[in-house]
Amino acid sequence: MTLAESILAAHSGREEVHPGEFVDVSVDLVLSNDVTAPLAIQEFEKLGVPRVFDTGKVVMVPDHFCPNKDIRSAEQAKLMREFVRKQGIGYFEVGRMGIEHVLLPEQGFVLPEQVVVGADSHTCTYGALGAFATGMGSTDIAVAMATGKIWMKIPETIKFVYRGQLPEWVGGKDLILYTIGQIGVDGALYSAMEFEGEAISELTMDGRFTMANMAIEAGAKAGIFSVDEKTLEYVREHASQNKGVHGVLQKGHERQISGNARYADVIEYDVSVMEPQVALPHLPSNVKPISQIGDVKLDQVVIGSCTNGRHEDLKIAAGIFKGRQVHPDLRCIIIPGSQQVYLRALREGFIETFIEAGAVVSTPTCGPCLGGHMGVLAAGERCLSTTNRNFVGRMGSTTAEIYLAGPAVATASAIEGRIASPEVFV
Amino acid sequence: MLQGIAHKFGANVDTDAIIPARYLNMIEPEELAKHCMEDISLGFAGKVKQGDIIVATTNFGCGSSREHAPLAIKASGVSCVIAQSFARIFFRNAINIGLPLLECGEMVKEIEDGDILEVDLAEGMISNVTKGRSFKVAAYPEFMREIVASGGLIKHTKKKLAC
Repeated sequence: MTLAESILAAHSGREEVHPGEFVDVSVDLVLSNDVTAPLAIQEFEKLGVPRVFDTGKVVMVPDHFCPNKDIRSAEQAKLMREFVRKQGIGYFEVGRMGIEHVLLPEQGFVLPEQVVVGADSHTCTYGALGAFATGMGSTDIAVAMATGKIWMKIPETIKFVYRGQLPEWVGGKDLILYTIGQIGVDGALYSAMEFEGEAISELTMDGRFTMANMAIEAGAKAGIFSVDEKTLEYVREHASQNKGVHGVLQKGHERQISGNARYADVIEYDVSVMEPQVALPHLPSNVKPISQIGDVKLDQVVIGSCTNGRHEDLKIAAGIFKGRQVHPDLRCIIIPGSQQVYLRALREGFIETFIEAGAVVSTPTCGPCLGGHMGVLAAGERCLSTTNRNFVGRMGSTTAEIYLAGPAVATASAIEGRIASPEVFV
Repeated sequence: MLQGIAHKFGANVDTDAIIPARYLNMIEPEELAKHCMEDISLGFAGKVKQGDIIVATTNFGCGSSREHAPLAIKASGVSCVIAQSFARIFFRNAINIGLPLLECGEMVKEIEDGDILEVDLAEGMISNVTKGRSFKVAAYPEFMREIVASGGLIKHTKKKLAC
């Protein structure tokens, strides 16, 4: 069986599962946020179940419009907070919170081989840890909160193999943008993506989170990595308090893929000749290498989000910004993905570098990624962002243009005032 | 039998287009419906009539998991959505809240904006009254038919919990 099949079989009490089968899956973690939890709570209450199935396995994070951006958002956050207190479930208040998909792995909530469902499409991020994680809507999440189970159709798996050594300035964001550019925004529709190859082994955990995060942008149900020494090291560091961690560490990185794994397709890429990638408006699949972008003047750069708001991303940005300035015609907004990422960046001097460069540093929030707050775009403005979607109107005005790239291109572009390659500064 | 005018859209209609995130500080379906499709079809909410049908090509509902998207469509009066293919989270959400979806392959290309359509959900038949054509679509798998027959996932789960 493939990674997805073996995890889903283990969680549905089956020896084996096959693509297309419907199974009832037991879940290890159920997540929602200030935008999706209010609807989930409303539906949960219709079920007439007094308590969630397991208070240790349900968590809510106020990250999308929090700190509250307006009165209505404040009411939604309040409704969520009251439910959390009544139920005694996991919660991170403003001041302790982060962007859910940066925060939960960092706080040790997710372990390899678990099944995680979240009322947020980027829940697939946790595939980086070798978990089967997928986004759903609020009603599905209400049922999962009440019963600890959810129906799933076993997806086909497409294997992606990344051969060769990663060139300088090419990271997880470039690999996933390139992949989406090749297969399209529905290239992995209803499927699980499995990531493998030398370049994947070389990739840091933060780079893997970035890749798994954007599996949904190819229409996938999940994006999964095999567990290796890097995964186990991450788990040791972040999940030592998690009850299941001993089992995971004892098992090590015994391969979960069995010999007879059947893939819908196997796609190989040579990364050794890859350049940093940029997705042009208005689809994440509209991807070109940086050398073919031409002259694109920018009004704003955003560095952050559940895709690229981790320590490594800020480290890359700080490395390029050191001693340089944000272009005077441009706003650069930097959003650490969690309080822990923020504090570490502060201690390592990144925040000072950003502020000296003339960038804004914000408290963790999804904020501008979905046009919420902290950097909404005006008509006709152009933004390059390390986020995950560049749909029409995603970050504000419907006539604004959004370009997606990794943190190195974003930083170089913030300095130049137009889309630029980090190679300029070598 | 559902009957209504076809409102035709293209490929990859994302959930930000169906209901922009700036309205996600509300959960009331009637409020969401006022802004349905406004970023790609300004005035849609004003012109759509009870029973009308959204028709699109591939990957309808891609992007965010917001259930506000099918809720907005349903509350706007749209009786069902016909597309070549749907994004998977949107598909689940629509089934769960009782918005019928019909996946009908290449046949959507024959439907034009403004055509009058009739849909027989039980038979899986789509008739284009304007063009005098009809075609059959694949039925949902048994498992999903049970959810639809129960009136959505919450009622389906309540029934199961009572057993």
